[in-house]
Amino acid sequence: MATKEVVLLDYWPSPFGMRVRIALAEKGVDYEYREEDLSKGKSELLLKMNPVHKKIPVLVHNNRPVCESLIIVQYIDEVWSHKNPLLPSDPYHRALARFWADFIDKKIYDTGRRVWATKGEEQEAAKKEFIDHFKLLEQQLGDKPYFGGDSFGFVDVALIPFYSWFYAYETLGNFKIEESCPKIIAWARRCMQRETVAKSLPDQNKIYEFVLELKKRLGID
Amino acid sequence: MEEKGEVKLLGDWPSPFVIRARIALNIKSVDYDYIEQPVPPVSELLLKSNPVYKKIPVLLHHDKPICESLIIVQYIDEFWSSGPSILPSDPYERAIQHFWAAYVDDQWFRSLCRLAKSKGEEAKAAAIEQVKGGLLLLEEAFEKCSKLGKAFFGGDEIGYLDIALGSYLGWLRVNEKMNYLKLLDEAKTPGLAAWAHSFCAHNAVKSVMPEIDRLTEFAKARYGYQEPTLPTK
Repeated sequence: MATKEVVLLDYWPSPFGMRVRIALAEKGVDYEYREEDLSKGKSELLLKMNPVHKKIPVLVHNNRPVCESLIIVQYIDEVWSHKNPLLPSDPYHRALARFWADFIDKKIYDTGRRVWATKGEEQEAAKKEFIDHFKLLEQQLGDKPYFGGDSFGFVDVALIPFYSWFYAYETLGNFKIEESCPKIIAWARRCMQRETVAKSLPDQNKIYEFVLELKKRLGID
Repeated sequence: MEEKGEVKLLGDWPSPFVIRARIALNIKSVDYDYIEQPVPPVSELLLKSNPVYKKIPVLLHHDKPICESLIIVQYIDEFWSSGPSILPSDPYERAIQHFWAAYVDDQWFRSLCRLAKSKGEEAKAAAIEQVKGGLLLLEEAFEKCSKLGKAFFGGDEIGYLDIALGSYLGWLRVNEKMNYLKLLDEAKTPGLAAWAHSFCAHNAVKSVMPEIDRLTEFAKARYGYQEPTLPTK
């Protein structure tokens, strides 16, 4: 069977993988999705395509790998530049978009992990940090429909995958994100109305079950 | 030609991140005001310009702040687009430059910091192995990026990845000096060893790279770097 020109090595619960799925969908790119079940190990192909980090997502375009989710999203934006631009065109707004996407990368996944993986005081501290990060993001969003302004863009792509993890964070952390950050929830629901997003994100309940399984596997209560 | 005050850079001379911004501005021949903002303490200006991280460098262009060194370098490349290019135009080559720059920041520089902080023979030896291992990977990347034996990761001229990695050379040399060892080895990483010399000698770089002695004294004072005791015979 002929390999498609574009192959995505991914793992269904990964928010980083979701970013790439959304970007490819926004650009209308036909691609082959290959599931790497990381609970069972790493395939030869993954190890060959990402020998440095051995992580998904990896975009393989004409047999050449591109790694790191935000680098992949920028690559997709540049190669398929004719449709739905994700980064703005002027340098200053591009710098702002990259700044906030980088902030999301530095903060959200790790803080979120501490929310679901810890208990007691550590968990309370993680929850507070988590809400602080989202409040800062909410300030950035302001009254705009998207972080990109009127159009769905780079920062929206960077952040929206974490929405699929919200039920898991909220249930395991015993808190409601909407209480502190209503605009973020409104923004997330708006994004979910885009078909490209809705079909790229798994169901929140499935993520919650995945996290419970993950906790068991890692031996975390 | 920029008007006076149009471009300002808030920086601190020992910071490799600030060096990146200065090299990029030099490549584009941009006139700018360099404002030393040694941290701590965080000045009012820095707090206002970078409320999220309160860190230098910050580029102020018409008083609009741009933060995070590699984001600043990309901004400089895109705004002053008529000058020599810092990133290549091909999307795949750009992705490779971004990948290795991220590797340098997220993995390699952290291993260098671990070496600097490590105490005891075993910990130091392990840290040294990690730094050298990273340099071997970067040597491979250099061979691929520089294509047919060119001087820089960017080819004939310094580019994004040269700036990302090269900005750490001062601190690399300080760690070599303080530990009496060679991390960047001509035998094991000949490409990088030659590249390091070419990079530091480049016109856009030499005026902004700190002198190693000065940086060493700074490291001793600020971070308590200590020379290891040499074994006596």
